[in-house]
Amino acid sequence: MFIIHCPFCGEREQSEFKSGGEAHIVRPRQPTELSDDEWAEYLFMRKNIKGIQFERWNHAHGCRKWFNMVRDTSNDEIKAVYKMGEKPPIK
Amino acid sequence: MTKNLRVKTGKAIDETYRISFKFNGTTYYGFKGDTLSSALLANDVHLVGRSFKYHRPRGIMTAGSEEPNAIVQLHDNSSRTEPNVRATEVEIYEGLEASSQNCWPSVKFDIGGINNFLSPLLPAGFYYKTFMWPASFWEKYEYFIRRSAGLGKSPKEKDPDVYEHKYIHCDVLVIGSGISGIMSAKTAAKNGFKTLLVEEKPNLGGSTIYQNSDFFKINNQNSSSWLEKELNEIKKLGNLEIKTRTSVAAFHGYNFLLARENFTDHLPIEQRSNKTRQKLLKIRAKKVITATGSIERPMIFDNNDRPGILLSSAIKKYADFFGVASGEENILFTNNDSAYETAISLIQKGIKIKAIIDNREYVDSKLHYEVEKNNIKIFKGYTITDTFGYKRINKISIKQLSKDGQKVVGSKINLSCDCLGVSGGWTPAVHLFTQSGGKLKFREEDQVFIPNIYPSDQLSVGSCNGDFTLEEILKNTSKSLKEFLNIENTEYENLEILSSFNKSKRNIWLLPSDKVFGKTKSFVDYQNDATAKDIKLALREGFRSIEHVKRYTTTGMGTDQGKLGNMHALGIISETAGAKMGELGTTTFRPPYTPLTFGTIVGRNVGEFFDIFRKTPIHNWHVKNKAEFENVGQWKRAWYYPKKNENMHQAVQRESKAARESAGILDASTLGKIDIQGTDASEFLNRVYTNAWSKLAIGKCRYGLMLNEDGMVYDDGVTTRLDENHYIMTTTTGGAANVMAKLEDYLQTEWPELDVYLTSVTDHFATVSICGPSSKKIVSEVIPDLNFSDESFPHMSFKNAKIGKINCRVMRISFTGEHSYEINVQANYGKSVWEKCMEVGKDYNITPYGTETMHLLRAEKGFIIVGQDTDATMTPIDLQMDWIVSKKKYDFIGKRSLYRSDTIKEDRKQLVGLITDNPNEILEEGAQIVADINKSPIEMLGHVTSSYYSPNLKKSIALGVVRGGKNMMGQKLIVPMEKKNINVTVADPVFLDKENKRLNA
Ligand SMILES: [Zn+2]
Repeated sequence: MFIIHCPFCGEREQSEFKSGGEAHIVRPRQPTELSDDEWAEYLFMRKNIKGIQFERWNHAHGCRKWFNMVRDTSNDEIKAVYKMGEKPPIK
Repeated sequence: MTKNLRVKTGKAIDETYRISFKFNGTTYYGFKGDTLSSALLANDVHLVGRSFKYHRPRGIMTAGSEEPNAIVQLHDNSSRTEPNVRATEVEIYEGLEASSQNCWPSVKFDIGGINNFLSPLLPAGFYYKTFMWPASFWEKYEYFIRRSAGLGKSPKEKDPDVYEHKYIHCDVLVIGSGISGIMSAKTAAKNGFKTLLVEEKPNLGGSTIYQNSDFFKINNQNSSSWLEKELNEIKKLGNLEIKTRTSVAAFHGYNFLLARENFTDHLPIEQRSNKTRQKLLKIRAKKVITATGSIERPMIFDNNDRPGILLSSAIKKYADFFGVASGEENILFTNNDSAYETAISLIQKGIKIKAIIDNREYVDSKLHYEVEKNNIKIFKGYTITDTFGYKRINKISIKQLSKDGQKVVGSKINLSCDCLGVSGGWTPAVHLFTQSGGKLKFREEDQVFIPNIYPSDQLSVGSCNGDFTLEEILKNTSKSLKEFLNIENTEYENLEILSSFNKSKRNIWLLPSDKVFGKTKSFVDYQNDATAKDIKLALREGFRSIEHVKRYTTTGMGTDQGKLGNMHALGIISETAGAKMGELGTTTFRPPYTPLTFGTIVGRNVGEFFDIFRKTPIHNWHVKNKAEFENVGQWKRAWYYPKKNENMHQAVQRESKAARESAGILDASTLGKIDIQGTDASEFLNRVYTNAWSKLAIGKCRYGLMLNEDGMVYDDGVTTRLDENHYIMTTTTGGAANVMAKLEDYLQTEWPELDVYLTSVTDHFATVSICGPSSKKIVSEVIPDLNFSDESFPHMSFKNAKIGKINCRVMRISFTGEHSYEINVQANYGKSVWEKCMEVGKDYNITPYGTETMHLLRAEKGFIIVGQDTDATMTPIDLQMDWIVSKKKYDFIGKRSLYRSDTIKEDRKQLVGLITDNPNEILEEGAQIVADINKSPIEMLGHVTSSYYSPNLKKSIALGVVRGGKNMMGQKLIVPMEKKNINVTVADPVFLDKENKRLNA
């Protein structure tokens, strides 16, 4: 079970958090302009990487804030956490 | 009379304290300090169970948690009965009762033993293949298989014991208290680390604590005496906590570990009350030192599973630690020096050794010479080819091994014996290390997997790290500790060590026999009865991955997870398939390392604490008025209020009629309520609901439908505009938390520019809903200051009011189709307002109704319940609710998905009403709907989602989803049931008052 550093609260047990899937998928500002394929790309397609993955997490049983995490899925090492809207500190 | 095989005082045994216990109904005696297995062996009892598949007689094989055979049921037929307990781990106490498992009718005569002779019919994959036979065959076998295969019996009564969970944080956790664990704990604690040492056994010291021979010395003392001094010293360290009888079950990432601490299992039953039985420890350690030792390997030869065949190290432990001879005529069989250690112990205790069979042709070690000096016959370069004796070994056959070890040569020699100790070398106990994500490497010279890459801040020391000699253990542990703890030195750097163990070994995974291979039974996994033959069969049938072979042969899938035989399985695969061991990899060891009780897992979360349940502020009134309750999410909701002798149907019919003819009252406090404020609140609602919100006037209410981004209906409810920038949203009872989370998600991540604040206020308000033709009169009396005229207070509007001094929000909204009002008050006034309404309503036949009547009333009106009539595959269009989807709005959640190629298909399942030809026939919710029952296979068009008998319409009504249902109005369909086919007609889902006249009645 991870120890996650919430950018607002500090280190907490994983059980306080909820994972929210892949990060940096922006909801299209003009969905009506998109083709079915383009909309499906946004709606359904998610990466499942073995290695460095960018994820959304929510401190659900804490401050309720969403934030981003960079995690190596091969060994669960958390490389970084950063607030929504901030640039990832790692490429 | 049973024999007494007690020899000189064992280290663990208190001979002044005699204990009586029962095994399979017979009373035996042992001493304090005995395990069930040591006490049984002292009474010359080897046969303790039957094997899982062939029901072969099986005996005690080990002296530890790796035991595959000696699995017993404790205290059968009592509330404390426990199956699948390893006799090697049970500490005996006065009154202990244990019995054999896996045998019927008794361990000595077992009907399943016939499987042993049928074994050609029970090859690897038998169970899989059986499942693939026609189902009718399986049903016949099932009874016998279940009856004869049973893995013990679960208790039938409530568990009388109490269990707890506890969090522990420490700097260093040391797992295992063998010599390397003790060195680690002491070094860590002395260097300022807050240290926890856990040991699964009741005593500390591992195997070194009974290593009394002159061949293993530290600073000129027996290694046991040296360690004894260390133990005395660590007990005085303030920085160190020691927990015995504590077994680590799981080692997760980030050094999070679960351990079970046992408090009462070793006590007589009458001393257990008012004590916690077991604690689940949730340990978070900055650093973990794994010192879990190693497990001796058996050897794979024909009939290697008879009672009386033990691991050589177990024989040594029973002799040295428990003072028990495992047999009177012992033979040891080995491929390495370990059996000679055992031999020296037995010689010391005066226990007869008949012979030693050693695979090695040349043995050059001090231990071997010492044994030879005692005139014990040693067969070098020999192997066992077969064993004899049904319920106890009585004879072995041996033959010489060929140079390459692949064949036996020469003539057969038979040797009688009553006990055989085997040693195939040692396997590091890396289970916890691999659970944590650690990667192993294969060491060719002695054919072991050892830790290679650590996934977290942890260290393996001692034999679990592949250090097997005393010298290696002491030197390497000391060296690794310095680095791991970042300290200058340890007190173990200049020890004088005498270690006589020679590491030479002749490893042959599957020993050759003079029989045809197909005729041998060489067990690799004792608990699951998997043989070398099964593994080879799996390879012949095309399985290559070790994980597949494991599942097909069930090797390693017992409660012991194949702690003894997994390496041999790999070895045989490697040799047969010509693949390198290091490249095959190992199977994954999964938590728990040893089985956990359900009690430990749930701790105090039992009975009423199993899950949270939420009660409304009016709950006690419902209880007092004999309501039946139903669970809705975590809420207890009043379901219906039966009057004397009424069943549910009768109560619901009465309640529904009253609600339409006079007045009904419902506790709607469970509906989710979200307070929405901010200058962009209207815009926010525009984006989350399918309909438009900007033009909703202050003081007005509106029904809204919320979709997922995929266009499917997610939740619904009425939202009221309280002020310019202030709304109160209601959600479904079950969906409240998810809706709140989803809205927060959008606000924080997609629309951070919006000035909107959300607060969950579900628990802050109580909601009393009054409906029916008399509702207006009742609320007018309850709130006399408020003008309830239709002009001033029309349907779908809201007013602030006061009941005496209590502030309340009154909404005129309806989920029943009747003229109705909802009074929202601060939660703690809920019950008094409810009671006031009841008192005023008396003259108007006000009738409390529950969720069942609410569902019936809304179904009469064709109102959906999200989650009952929808299932995350229904769009608003599918629900025939096109009217609520704004065409003008540029965007809202899910809008784009409503015209994907898939969602605009005409033949999607759509919500329709269903009317049965026979008005008294009530459809079953969930029943299938079809058009043609003569076609095979029958095409399923949909299913019934809601179904009731409507007392107001005096007929059965139902809602359902039907493929292309929208265009099937008036069409006849069939609901096929087990005993008959019910004819139905597709209808408008609104059954009552299509013109909505009753809203203003
Ligand atoms: Zn937080």
